[in-house]
Amino acid sequence: MEVHVRCVVARFWLSETGEDKEDDNDVCRLFAVTSREPLSPMIAIRALDVMKEGHDGSGVGLYMTDLGGDFEQFKGSPILSGIFSQEGIKKLDRYMMELGLLTKFKFSIRPSKEPPAGTPRRDVYLIRVYEYPYDWEGLSEAEIMDRLMKIRIDLRRLGEEDESMMVFSFWPDTIMIKEVGDPMAIAEYLGLDRKGLQARIIMAQGRQNTNYAITLYACHPFFLQGYATMTNGENTAFAPIREYLASRGFPGYTGYQSDSEVFTHILHYTVGRLELGIDDYKHIITPLKDEELVRHPDRTFLRNLKHSCRFLTIDGPNCVIGCLPDKTLFMVQDSKKLRPGIVGGKPGMFAFSSEMCGLEEAVPSREKNYEFQPMKYDVAYVDASRMEMKRWSQWESSAHLH
Amino acid sequence: MEPMGKLRPSALSGKDLPWRILWDKEKCALCGCCTAVCPVRAISLGVHRRREIRLALGLVEKPANVYGVFHGIDQTTDPAHACMGCGMCSLVCPNSAIFPVKSEEIDKLRFHINSGGEPRRRGGRRNDPSSVLDRIKFIRISMLTDPALDAGRHEFELRTLLGRILPPEEAVGAASSQGWIPPVREIYPLIIGGMSFGALSPNMWEGLQMGVAYLNEGMGMPVRISTGEGGCPPRLLRSRFLKYVILQIASGYFGWDEIIHALPEMKEDPCAIEIKYGQGAKPGDGGLLMWHKVNKLIAAIRGVPPRVSLPSPPTHQTKYSIEESVAKMIQSMYMAWGYRVPVYPKISATTTTLAVLNNLARNSYAAAIAIDGEDGGTGAAYNVSMNHMGHPIASNARDAYLNLVKIGRQNELPIFAGGGVGKNGNLAANAAALIMLGASGVQVSKYFMQAAAGCVGSEGDRCNICNIGLCPKGITSQDPRLYRRLDPEDVARRVVDVYLSFDSELKKILAPLGRSTSLPIGMSDAIGIDDFHAAQRLQIKHVV
Repeated sequence: MEVHVRCVVARFWLSETGEDKEDDNDVCRLFAVTSREPLSPMIAIRALDVMKEGHDGSGVGLYMTDLGGDFEQFKGSPILSGIFSQEGIKKLDRYMMELGLLTKFKFSIRPSKEPPAGTPRRDVYLIRVYEYPYDWEGLSEAEIMDRLMKIRIDLRRLGEEDESMMVFSFWPDTIMIKEVGDPMAIAEYLGLDRKGLQARIIMAQGRQNTNYAITLYACHPFFLQGYATMTNGENTAFAPIREYLASRGFPGYTGYQSDSEVFTHILHYTVGRLELGIDDYKHIITPLKDEELVRHPDRTFLRNLKHSCRFLTIDGPNCVIGCLPDKTLFMVQDSKKLRPGIVGGKPGMFAFSSEMCGLEEAVPSREKNYEFQPMKYDVAYVDASRMEMKRWSQWESSAHLH
Repeated sequence: MEPMGKLRPSALSGKDLPWRILWDKEKCALCGCCTAVCPVRAISLGVHRRREIRLALGLVEKPANVYGVFHGIDQTTDPAHACMGCGMCSLVCPNSAIFPVKSEEIDKLRFHINSGGEPRRRGGRRNDPSSVLDRIKFIRISMLTDPALDAGRHEFELRTLLGRILPPEEAVGAASSQGWIPPVREIYPLIIGGMSFGALSPNMWEGLQMGVAYLNEGMGMPVRISTGEGGCPPRLLRSRFLKYVILQIASGYFGWDEIIHALPEMKEDPCAIEIKYGQGAKPGDGGLLMWHKVNKLIAAIRGVPPRVSLPSPPTHQTKYSIEESVAKMIQSMYMAWGYRVPVYPKISATTTTLAVLNNLARNSYAAAIAIDGEDGGTGAAYNVSMNHMGHPIASNARDAYLNLVKIGRQNELPIFAGGGVGKNGNLAANAAALIMLGASGVQVSKYFMQAAAGCVGSEGDRCNICNIGLCPKGITSQDPRLYRRLDPEDVARRVVDVYLSFDSELKKILAPLGRSTSLPIGMSDAIGIDDFHAAQRLQIKHVV
């Protein structure tokens, strides 16, 4: 732990002026869906495609959880997602062997065709299910979570040395795919319509990248120990928030190639470490003003929360779509509400989209009366039952939404 | 022939003085206003002899002399009465016939203001116009992707916190277990720094207090003011306005007898208690109120006999170290108000700031740290202390913030920075720069003397006689003939003007940076400076 803390601090010093940050998140388009029945990621790709006016096709990020298809049977086993060179695969195998982690199932994509224009050629898009080592038996859940995270961070660091590996997630029931280029072209190139690749929750981002030196580690969605978010807009309070997270002494609060990664980590901190809900997440990132708090039923608690989490207040404009470990999908806006966002659907399937046309493409037969565009005080969320989209306002008393 | 007299080493000519009085005989009405108003009696009405030579044309009449007199202004060259450039003579002259002019070279007077072996003491400032804060630019302008905000129409929350803030884990735990949560004040980030009742005239003090009260109750701006070390008038202690006041305790404990006696009768808690361990203008030296200003009223409030100089000791005599001060003094101050009032120390900026800071970080009661940089002003100090002692605030506040970041406590212990904020008139820009370097707020004093009361002091050694009670504007005088010049209502009005314009300017800085939801504390990615080494030192961008 000691070593890690020092690493985090050292990283922070190096990146103090924020020059290693890539503006990735500016006017991207976001789409997320939660469905009782497993869906192909193509539904999200098609939704991004109809919102194409709002992104420039400079990349796509996919997060899938509550997996179906070929992965249904491996619910508890950690899945490694990333992009590897041949050398990287060898490195990975050596590393995993040493830890006693054995491959249980492979779903890797080795493209044989020419990549679409703008997309680099990669050796392997790896999706691999592992089996826990014997000596992990009896470990607490928290210990396993920490070890999985540490392995992901280690692999990322090893890969950064020679660019042989990019690791996006190593977690049960989680697949992430990220690549540079047009989302539809990439989906066709990688064959994302494969039957075995299905999930009940899919989050997708069509990138509008303002930086030509594209780093995939700056690509949304971001993921940490079961928490995922993606964001539209730019977080102007990024630098102090990054400093604050990086100084929590938690090795997972690292990276920050994009200013939006902090949204995932704040969510992880709020729900995972403070054991609060997404209502409190909303109160932390966009607290009510002092004069508003005076009129709130939970003013004492919220005032203390606002004070204690002052360095986690975001200062958008941002629309955040996130997913919790309990498979609740939600959308919140910053307090300026300068970014679009809409939630709608029907019992069994709900979609969260930057624009209405994305929602229309994905769920044309939805109950349109119940669509909702969250404003600055709102949280819109759909839990794992997918029965209804619920709304909660910061003016309400705490609902403990998780 | 014997000389008429000796030329003494300290005999100066007008040329040797820092300020010369230029006087226009043609315009002068000989009204005597200027000589009457001069605080240091540098000028007097004089009778001058003048020889006029009359030459008639031709060779018949021989040239003749006529001796006459004319009346005008004399400037003394006595170091004790040397003109200090306040310009009051210009202010009162009906014909604009007189004004002081700064010597074009370094004056010789400075070598002689130590008669009797007593070095120069003065009030005012450091007399150095350079400012790192002035050079900091705000470079992260929101353009297309995160649109800049409308400073005039958008909603802003420009508040900061004064008080020990629990880390989130403890705050959540304390909420569920009904535990003690330290008092925290939500205040405006521009605090009027400690200027004592005694250092300031009663009219100035009243004006500041009235302005602060109006800002709170009329404008909804939670502005706070520190008393400085001089106690607090008994009526204010017993009024509802006490909640806008930070009571300062310093090594002389002046006024604390009165404060303690008022405790049972207080209707409101004060905003906070500031324990002064040091100040920027004279670091490592105690407060100094010279006998000139200790009249009956001041003596009564401070609990001392009148007409004695009041030099506070450099440190709190009952303590031998900051550690003990933190442990005992903070505790006892908390106890006095039932743990409802934040207590924090104020120190001079120094290379040992981090040692103090780390100590405070470990003490769960320390509510904040106020750091006063070398450019802090004062009512009285030795010239050498003001000019040469102390640490600039920018790097000291930055170091303190980064140190807190390193230990993960940047939100727990707010830093309030002062000393030279707005010294060249750039109040909002300097304050915003310090906030983005990591300060939670700023303390400002001299700016209010200039803007709210018309102090004529400048960074060019002008006036600077705050210490001897002769302030020509009545700001730092205890002589009713002088402080009657200052109307408290006018001061209050100007305080409000300053705050409103500061507020607008701060929004004009924050809006283009895309910040409105919270004060941009530590937003170091938004600032840059044109000096490479300063950029490295402050860990901000170097821009040219």
